[in-house]
Amino acid sequence: MDNQEIHKQEYNITVYTENQIGLLNRIAIIFTRRKINIDSLNTSPSEIESIHRFNIVINESEDVVRKLTRQIEKQVEVLKVYYHTNDDVIWQELALYKMSTDVIAEKVSVERLLRENGARAVVIRKDYTVFETTGHREETDNLIKILQPYGLIEFVRSARVAIIKNSKGFNSKLREFERLEPGEDVIENEYLNKGQKVFTM
Amino acid sequence: METQTIAQEVSEKTAEPAKSPTTEVSGSEALLEALIVEGVDTIFGYPGGAIMPIYDALYHYNDKLNHILVRHEQGATHAGQGYARTSGKVGVVFATSGPGATNLVTGLADAQIDSTPLVCITGQVFASLLGTDAFQETDVINITTPVTKWNYQVTDATEIPEVIAKAFYIAKSGRPGPVLIDITKNAQIQKFDFAGYEKCEHIRSYRPKPIVRPQYIKEAAGLINSAKKPFVLWGQGVILGSAEQEFKAFVEKSGIPSAWTVLGAGAIPTDHPLNVGMLGMHGNYGPNVLTNECDVLIAIGMRFDDRVTGRLDKYAKQAKVIHLDIDPAEIDKNVKSTVPVWGDCKETLPMLTALVDKKEHTEWHNKFKDYTRQEVEQVIHQELNPTTAEMTMGEVIKQLNEITKGEAVIVTDVGQHQMVACRYAQFNQTRSNVTSGGLGTMGFALPAAIGAKFGAQNRTVVAVIGDGGFQMTCQELGTIMQSGIDVKIVILNNRFLGMVRQWQELFNARRYSFVDIESPDFVALAAAYRIPGKRIDDRKDLPSALNEMLNNPGSFLLEVMVTKENNVFPMVPQGCSVAEIRLK
Ligand SMILES: Cc1ncc(C[n+]2csc(CCOP(=O)(O)OP(=O)(O)O)c2C)c(N)n1
Repeated sequence: MDNQEIHKQEYNITVYTENQIGLLNRIAIIFTRRKINIDSLNTSPSEIESIHRFNIVINESEDVVRKLTRQIEKQVEVLKVYYHTNDDVIWQELALYKMSTDVIAEKVSVERLLRENGARAVVIRKDYTVFETTGHREETDNLIKILQPYGLIEFVRSARVAIIKNSKGFNSKLREFERLEPGEDVIENEYLNKGQKVFTM
Repeated sequence: METQTIAQEVSEKTAEPAKSPTTEVSGSEALLEALIVEGVDTIFGYPGGAIMPIYDALYHYNDKLNHILVRHEQGATHAGQGYARTSGKVGVVFATSGPGATNLVTGLADAQIDSTPLVCITGQVFASLLGTDAFQETDVINITTPVTKWNYQVTDATEIPEVIAKAFYIAKSGRPGPVLIDITKNAQIQKFDFAGYEKCEHIRSYRPKPIVRPQYIKEAAGLINSAKKPFVLWGQGVILGSAEQEFKAFVEKSGIPSAWTVLGAGAIPTDHPLNVGMLGMHGNYGPNVLTNECDVLIAIGMRFDDRVTGRLDKYAKQAKVIHLDIDPAEIDKNVKSTVPVWGDCKETLPMLTALVDKKEHTEWHNKFKDYTRQEVEQVIHQELNPTTAEMTMGEVIKQLNEITKGEAVIVTDVGQHQMVACRYAQFNQTRSNVTSGGLGTMGFALPAAIGAKFGAQNRTVVAVIGDGGFQMTCQELGTIMQSGIDVKIVILNNRFLGMVRQWQELFNARRYSFVDIESPDFVALAAAYRIPGKRIDDRKDLPSALNEMLNNPGSFLLEVMVTKENNVFPMVPQGCSVAEIRLK
């Protein structure tokens, strides 16, 4: 193996699937079976009815990632899988920070804090205030460091969502996919948004 | 019904049936109707509480669906596999929930790794009880997810027609595999308007066959035509794709020496002049050594299993690799290909054949012949014509072959006898070697032979089993007895778990740790199941005993006592390169 192959880095795996119970398990097994840790996993409905999109982040070599994506694509309900390095995607994570409103009001210059960290107050109540930031890990981490001394009550961060820089969007990708790998009787993209009528189940 | 008057009831019964395209059926009946449309004739199964409505419905389908009552659900899956492997159709299995379903797991795992099409139907507790640890409730979907190509839980009868159609389509299309459908009891009972059954032919997200890309075919043909020492490795993909004719045409035109994986055996006859033997750990000398000498390696419908490749970093490094496979995930998985040929080999092989030059490769063939000569001298001759007092496994297989003229279906269990049978049996026809290749499941052969016979009723089916493996599923003698099927059973008894003993001898300095296995009187055991049998330990009795077995109108068990400590050679020791294959 040359260096290129064993060089590990973050990869963003994007999976388009049908909306099917149990599929998350099937996909997760592909990673756990190979003892690969998932650093971040986000799944949500895509812009197309009955199609879901997964964003999975792992730290691996490209060779491993390529094989993984093929195994994922083998799953019956998976339409298409792409993988990209961080350079190829634009990504965000959402973070929420809960602070005591008193402490914030007394000790921190809220305005400065918001400006310098691009944060937004989502909720301000008598007892607590919730701030929100979005960004890369380092950015959201940064605000933790700042708030920690003032008694951070609770913190939560979302999984990563990523948009592929180079893509023409899923609609056209799917069209291309169905053109290159036609199933029997499938022409172009006429089945988009037809949900139940298209899926045999 | 109670509120109806008798008159009403009578008038309803005598009235013309409403001209409705739908009929009201239960989920169970819909399932059985679906199986009939799918062409199912035989089901292997075992009933229980959670699948009783299906069995109740089955009572009325006796004339259309032949149900074989096995003695253990593992036996049902292996029988389904045996059926699928000889018939080319989908094996169908029924089991109840909980323990019935968990007993299927070994067979599912075996079918998954050997790409065998199965549809298993399991009963499940009422949907309202799911997740409550109800009696015999097991999370079958999650347990079987890693060992199925697809699985699905039905909780409403109306789903049944579509789900079953999907199950069959997925099980048999593309790279085949096992599918499990778990049906809750309420869905089996529930009545619904059944609008008929339609087979599934398309699932949007599923691409059973990758599209063939002609530019790769061209590149592959170019490499083959310029090769000095091309070498073909073929696997079960050729058989699964029913591409035996296309494959034969390809090797005959290109004149390339061709070797097979255990599951590929028989795709072209063993004695075909271009067939140079078996690959892998106990394969033939030439094919293994010359893998590391060929210049172009053409892998067809095989997946470079580690039992075939040995050490990957020393595997065919000098060769350009062309890999034909229907499963895109197999290409570049273990061995990097120079030219990937995605597709069904039934489609890709003729395209390739059209572009390759007609050649002989005489000099290259002679190399294989040299190695064969060495292997015959050092291994095969002694194995097949022993001078020892005790019989060898090899000579039993050789004689069996001579009598059956290479026409029998040979079903093997796992161990030394399996490797010996694969090495020395002659396969004149395709779909003749039924064995557990990828999982190596002891206990496979007896139930698989039952299924194999149902799948190929006009052929002689001989199960070759070790004394260890036989004892894993010997209760299936009961299935043979009850179904009256004709399966010939040969137990090669070396009074050891032979294959493990061989490893202990070679690699653990003869520390024979728990491989000494005692057996019951197998002939008496068979007799208890009303199956005739015989035990021999003298070479002179071998031909007559084999003839007696084969001429017996029904099943027969023949126990042959063979040398206790005999090894299967050649052997590529674990962690060695294929070129380091040992002859002793
Ligand atoms: C279910 C299962 N358990 C254990 C093994 C490991 N194993 C492989 S070969 C073998 C010995 C088989 O002995 P026997 O059936 O007597 O056949 P022989 O090798 O002597 O021909 C064992 C234990 C296995 N393959 N399958």
